[in-house]
Amino acid sequence: MDAIILQILNGLDKGSAYALIALGLTLIFGTLGVVNFAHGALFMIGAFVAVTLQRIFNLSTEHVDPTKTDFLGNPLKVKVPYVESWFGPEVGAALIDWSVPIAIVLAIPVMLLVGFVMERGLIKHFYKRPHADQILVTFGLAIVLQELVKYFFGANPIQTGAPDAFSGSMDFGVLLGFDPNTIMYPYWRLVYFLFAAIVIGGVFAFLQFTTFGMVVRAGMADRETVGLLGINIDKRFTIMFGLAAAVAGVAGVMYTPILAPNYHMGMDFLVLSFVVVVVGGMGSLPGAVAAGFLLGILQSFASMNEIKSLIPGIDQVIIYLVAILILLTRPRGLLGRAGVMEE
Amino acid sequence: MGILEVKNVGKRFGGLQALSDVNLSVQENSVHAIIGPNGAGKSTLLNCFVGKLIPDTGSVMFNGQSLLGLKPHQINQLGVSRVFQTPEIFSDLNVMENVMISCFAKRDGAFRLHPFETVSHETDIVEQAEQILIDVNMIDKRHMNAASMSRGDKRRLEMAMCLVQEPKLLLLDEPTAGMARADTNNTIDLLKEIKEKRDITMAIIEHDMHVVFSLADRITVLAQGTPLVEDTPENIKGHPKVKEAYLGEAA
Amino acid sequence: MQILGLSKRDSTFLLIVIALTLLTPILIQPFPVGSGLNTFNAGYPDLMQKIAIFGIFAIGFNILFGLTGYLSFGHAAFLGIGSYSTVWMYKLLDYNVLWGLPLAIIVSGLFALVIGFISLRRSGIYFSILTLAFAQMMYNLAYSVLTPITNGETGLQVYESDPQVLLGANEPSSPHLFGIVMRENFWTPKIGGWEFTFNNGYYFTAIIAIIVFYLSLRIFRSPFGLMLRAIKTNQTRLNYTGINTRPYTLAAFVISGMYAGLAGGLLAAMDPLAGAERMQWTASGEVVLMVILGGAGTLMGPVLGAAFIKYLENIFSKINDSVLHGWFAWMPDGLEDFLIGVSHFFVGKSWHLTSGLMFMLVVIFLPGGLVEGGQRIKALFKKKRTSGDDGAGTEAQPTAAE
Ligand SMILES: Nc1ncnc2c1ncn2[C@@H]1O[C@H](COP(=O)(O)OP(=O)(O)OP(=O)(O)O)[C@@H](O)[C@H]1O
Ligand SMILES: [Mg+2]
Repeated sequence: MDAIILQILNGLDKGSAYALIALGLTLIFGTLGVVNFAHGALFMIGAFVAVTLQRIFNLSTEHVDPTKTDFLGNPLKVKVPYVESWFGPEVGAALIDWSVPIAIVLAIPVMLLVGFVMERGLIKHFYKRPHADQILVTFGLAIVLQELVKYFFGANPIQTGAPDAFSGSMDFGVLLGFDPNTIMYPYWRLVYFLFAAIVIGGVFAFLQFTTFGMVVRAGMADRETVGLLGINIDKRFTIMFGLAAAVAGVAGVMYTPILAPNYHMGMDFLVLSFVVVVVGGMGSLPGAVAAGFLLGILQSFASMNEIKSLIPGIDQVIIYLVAILILLTRPRGLLGRAGVMEE
Repeated sequence: MGILEVKNVGKRFGGLQALSDVNLSVQENSVHAIIGPNGAGKSTLLNCFVGKLIPDTGSVMFNGQSLLGLKPHQINQLGVSRVFQTPEIFSDLNVMENVMISCFAKRDGAFRLHPFETVSHETDIVEQAEQILIDVNMIDKRHMNAASMSRGDKRRLEMAMCLVQEPKLLLLDEPTAGMARADTNNTIDLLKEIKEKRDITMAIIEHDMHVVFSLADRITVLAQGTPLVEDTPENIKGHPKVKEAYLGEAA
Repeated sequence: MQILGLSKRDSTFLLIVIALTLLTPILIQPFPVGSGLNTFNAGYPDLMQKIAIFGIFAIGFNILFGLTGYLSFGHAAFLGIGSYSTVWMYKLLDYNVLWGLPLAIIVSGLFALVIGFISLRRSGIYFSILTLAFAQMMYNLAYSVLTPITNGETGLQVYESDPQVLLGANEPSSPHLFGIVMRENFWTPKIGGWEFTFNNGYYFTAIIAIIVFYLSLRIFRSPFGLMLRAIKTNQTRLNYTGINTRPYTLAAFVISGMYAGLAGGLLAAMDPLAGAERMQWTASGEVVLMVILGGAGTLMGPVLGAAFIKYLENIFSKINDSVLHGWFAWMPDGLEDFLIGVSHFFVGKSWHLTSGLMFMLVVIFLPGGLVEGGQRIKALFKKKRTSGDDGAGTEAQPTAAE
């Protein structure tokens, strides 16, 4: 029992990331009718916003501290980050420590801008082109973005830590009445899950309860009719693209303590998120979220040793296997509408 | 016994009963028109004949064989061809290629792996295709890209693609919609000629009464998914129920 | 003149292709070796073989994607299978490529049959995702539980301890065809400052490439090819015309899988190694890129695309700082540094950036690829002539970009 709960918990954070990326993907597909292979790159850009902010906070002046010596007895050179010299050591250190969550504040405008530029500059011209063209041009864009990141940040993963307050693990088992140390769950993963839940809830609430959201949902259901009402749906869709980019971006920011950012993380997550979207049903928001968590949890179950010894290699293929099975038995995915993407 | 026997066919789309209790018998070598107001279920009925839809109830027999559950290509291979309400053609290919595909389907069946034959060496197919293009008066357009043609031409092309298969039963869904008067008359002439020369049975859906009355041997009036009357054109003309169906819809 | 059952026009076309292929060692080595332009020479066996092999891969992929429009994102899996099969034949029998290549074609064909049978039950993006899922599964498995067959991350290679039951006493210890060793050159003439390399391996692949190009030409002109093109434009009509589209798409899928397997086998014939990275989805993306860049659905496009990409990849990755300094030396220092700095984005290790950009530009401005570009240029010159084309060509119609 405790093992099962542990696996469910382990699946939650990956599932959260899948769900957040897939949510944006399916939103873009549902509203703009565009298959965006560059969406994984947005997740990556978000992660590197966090990296950048951490680097900025760590920019330091170097000076000799006469009161300290190194082990040879020479005066010690110490680095003092600017933020510490400006805001005092305590505030400065806290800023550095909390740079990942703080990066969200930076990431939102950055991602909105990136999304806006992408949509107006490129995607807009592909609304009426075949899906294959959309896939190809965004695939090209994803390569370009990933190579730019590689150029500036190098090919190696960059460790980006969570705030110290969240560095430990929580003894989750005790809460549920199990023995201590049976179910240990890192705090940050819990934070990530809660964060994802809030973002997903926010997006749904936004679409459900605002007029803007209502128009967008109507547009997703029937674009032409909404256009006939004289509502400028395109403008709203541009904003939706920005929103989807921001969701992917903050998902990337918060994921950095779980996975050290590297330039190909976008592509890695893209493939899986696409599978998630298709499994959930193209254009279905609840489908994307449900499939994201479902696949995340299934994946962590498949990595259990008991299961791996039963079916060797299952952990490597489970997501794809499930995707194939679902696509064959439910052609439109779990919650997809009829007729989407099928001529 | 007609070549096409439709018994008690019903079809429901969610809350909408699109067809209910449709009985229809199309006699061999006749032209049977199905008329009715917009949304009456005419196209839906045709869809049930060609395997696009499976009716919820009832049976559809063609030449004594049930069509239910057969795939579209199987039904076509039995000898049923269909012209669609919105032209379905191969728009990336040229006119000649469009027609030749039908010829190959007729000659080679549903599938034949012939990767090393050459289309242009198949003289019988080429001749056949050219002949039908002459018949429908499109031979001068044979190298035109199908997408770049007028709607009327697309329709004629689609008709040529069906005719060249020499089907036993030809289903036409508004074959003259979107055509100019002259083209419509040409089409009527063409269909008349086919009827006389080729022993093709036709079921035709049409809003243009001129077309209907020039061609049809029998007419079925469909309204709200059920046949109101079935009779000869003369008797249909003044039938009160027919007027009611059309006027009721218009009002 | 008509040859091999082709029309006049196609015969001429095929002869030109043959000539170009056979003369490649000279054509892509246009500059004297000592000159500053030597960087742009590409007449070395390794590169030429790659161009021919990926040309084969792309020709096959085009039969599926170019004709039917079904976009597979998993064809690299067949490439990998071809390589593994071939290397296994080296290990079990001997280094003669005669055993491995047919096996590569057969095994990848069988895999394609199964994967195609399942994936083709769906169309559009669902088909793409299904093929992607299969390929990723195979890629992941090759790295994990299938290690006994694939040798995991090390890659499959021939060891001293392998049986190699057919190995003769004087047999070469690298891939060969009845003693003709692939990696050897049969002629390396030096004429003035020019140096050319005529390599066994290249000519072996080139001849195979010509044969499979001819086969693809026949497929394009056949009723089968016509049906495939019809599938791309309107499957509904085809069904109502009495055609069962599934076996046609499956045949195209299997043929393209066999082409990919052959290409994979040839990769192992040039270098007796097989690794799982060949099966990754980005490798599948690369062949899509080649076909699109050259022109999907055209005969020459895939080959041009493959050549273009492999050539540029090679040249761009070769350009380093000293080469750049050599070029920009005559400029004022500031400008020189600036230009070198800018170039860094695009050359050397950043080649992928260039390829990504190029790819985007092609999709945006030239959806028909290089072939369409060529046609547009040709049309500019021919403008005054009346358009009396007989329509037999299958080149993609230029689609107006909005
Ligand atoms: N696939 C479907 N799903 C849901 N409703 C459908 C479907 N096809 C048709 N309908 C509905 O069934 C009814 C009958 O449609 P149908 O197309 O058969 O009418 P019709 O008689 O051909 O009309 P028209 O003269 O306009 O072509 C219409 O109300 C239509 O909206
Ligand atoms: Mg209708």
